[in-house]
Amino acid sequence: MNSFEAFKDPALCRALLERLQKEADTPYRFMEVCGTHTVSIFQSGLRSLLPQTITHVTGPGCPVCVTHESEVACFLDLATRDDIVLATFGDLMRVPGPKGKNLKTAQADGARVEVVYSPVDALAVAAANPGRTTIFLGVGFETTAPAVAATIRLAREQNLKNFRVLSFHKLVPPALAALVADPDINIDAFILPGHVSAIIGAAPYGFLAEKHGLPAVVTGFEPLDILSALLEITAMRASGRPAVVNAYTRVVAHDGNPVARAVMDEVFIPVDALWRGLGVLPGSGLDIREEFADFDALRLPGVSLPDVPPLAGCRCGEVLKGKRAPNECPLFDKACTPATPVGPCMVSTEGGCAAYHKYRLEL
Amino acid sequence: MDKVLLDYGSGGRASHRFVADLFFKYLGNDILARMDDAAVLSLTGPVAMSTDSFVVDPIFFPGGDIGSLAVHGTVNDVAMMGARPLYLTCGFILEEGLPMDDLAKIVASMGQAARDAGVRIVAGDTKVVPRGAADKIFINTTGVGEIMVDPAPSGHRAAVGDVVIVSGSMGDHGLAILSTREGLSFEAPVVSDSASLAGIVGKLLAAVPGVHVLRDPTRGGLATTLNEIAGQSDVGIELTQADIPIHPAVAGGCAVLGLDPLYLANEGKFLCIVPEAKAQAALATITADPLGAGAKVIGRVVSDHPGKVALVTPLGGKRLLGMLEGEQLPRIC
Repeated sequence: MNSFEAFKDPALCRALLERLQKEADTPYRFMEVCGTHTVSIFQSGLRSLLPQTITHVTGPGCPVCVTHESEVACFLDLATRDDIVLATFGDLMRVPGPKGKNLKTAQADGARVEVVYSPVDALAVAAANPGRTTIFLGVGFETTAPAVAATIRLAREQNLKNFRVLSFHKLVPPALAALVADPDINIDAFILPGHVSAIIGAAPYGFLAEKHGLPAVVTGFEPLDILSALLEITAMRASGRPAVVNAYTRVVAHDGNPVARAVMDEVFIPVDALWRGLGVLPGSGLDIREEFADFDALRLPGVSLPDVPPLAGCRCGEVLKGKRAPNECPLFDKACTPATPVGPCMVSTEGGCAAYHKYRLEL
Repeated sequence: MDKVLLDYGSGGRASHRFVADLFFKYLGNDILARMDDAAVLSLTGPVAMSTDSFVVDPIFFPGGDIGSLAVHGTVNDVAMMGARPLYLTCGFILEEGLPMDDLAKIVASMGQAARDAGVRIVAGDTKVVPRGAADKIFINTTGVGEIMVDPAPSGHRAAVGDVVIVSGSMGDHGLAILSTREGLSFEAPVVSDSASLAGIVGKLLAAVPGVHVLRDPTRGGLATTLNEIAGQSDVGIELTQADIPIHPAVAGGCAVLGLDPLYLANEGKFLCIVPEAKAQAALATITADPLGAGAKVIGRVVSDHPGKVALVTPLGGKRLLGMLEGEQLPRIC
């Protein structure tokens, strides 16, 4: 068994589940902040095995889900322009904008859209399309922002004149701060994102325990990682000593990755940002700094964030805050399905509503 | 002539030379050689017929090419009806400028695949379209075969208490195509499983009467195929995830790309659903053939959740295994 498989080991998982069954005698609701955790909890079947005392709530942790309608409308507008090539990660292709349009339908209408596996690949797209401007859609959390920043720096080194980034990056700690500041918050503990934490470390989450008395654990994505984190939370609740614990030390250093953070800070500057379902959250987005203005797609003439009215009937804001389960939304599995997603939580395969739709047998 | 020209689709002398020099050379047989407007075939009893168009990109991939794939795909669809595939037709849409060497390789590969599958290509058609109007080469094949058993296997015949068997590892073809298209490489090579299943299915049907369902899990993969069967038969299907064979290189590649191997296409694997009493005999026959060496019992047909497929995970949890929505797309993080 390799180390990758070891963290899925069914016998060890069963042993941890038994311990959890015994030790989790006080009810609590935990939220994971990362879509990959959401999928793992459902896909592994863990959700159906958790003790009844523990309630799992899906969180806002999918960058595709939280990309605001105005931001989607912005890049869909760009897709209609003959002088633009869009380069994007694949999971933005189906995100719906106004009137149900998405990048797939835009492509069918003649838009030039290239799916890339790394932001650096977008530089090759730009080089292959000298008569047009290639715009990389910078959607993602701290996990992807450093690679996008490094790509912008590389574009400058290469003196590439026809490459820009539309930076709609989001930052996780400000979103968490906004979430827990809600007086109606109904979450008792957090499982914190492993990928994001590999960049920023565990320290930026300290306020969860210090200010709000909430236990939180940075952990990986295998069933054993998640079960260990739940045991850790259970122990903290029993002792009455909440803390932010890094249980993913095989990947996450306490201070994160200083090199990645440095390039991110060199190219981007934190700004207030729009989140789908959550509204404007202070200091939760990343704009491109003045020094790299030539690579900022938002500074191109004719580029703006159009006003898009909120979605009627959609309860994703409440789902993202853990106030409502996906199947308690009146649109769930009726007007809103993965084929016709209305709200952010159904938009991406890593959203809470999409996970409910895809994995819950008993619906 | 080193590239396909528009002239070759004109219907005149150039077309005739093109067809004679290339297609007859590799695909020729006595029926095709008659060059009449239609092939005259001898068939008895109920006949299964299927058609499929192949537009795969890239046209050459580890483990095969679009030519052999066009034979295997249709031969397998006919075989899944409990039929012995006998005849194929093929229609080619060629993009002007396609290198003749590539076309010759593809047609030769089709000829070899047809001989290996025991089918004859008895009619064909070639069109050439201007550069940009097609992507190199598209092939349509139609196949017919005589049904060997009564009642024939069908997606409507899965019954509560049956077991589900797959003939080998899942997702090899889909990941081989995707990784070649995107220029990705993994620690271990991922090779398409493209193959004719006519032989192995013939042996199974001869040795084990009463097979309820045969299906090759092509596009949409195992998960989508089983959802189709659950719907057609109005039964539930429960799979044991740990028993589903997946090549470690495919599992690793999928983990990196955020794909699920249970939704990836297969082109040389089939699943069969048989009454539990016949499961061991079916498994023994399938595993005795090299194409079925990795066969496993992966689940059973149940009365719960009709129309749905459930997956029992290695942890013992149970979750829905739904149908693929659109195509799988790699994720951001």
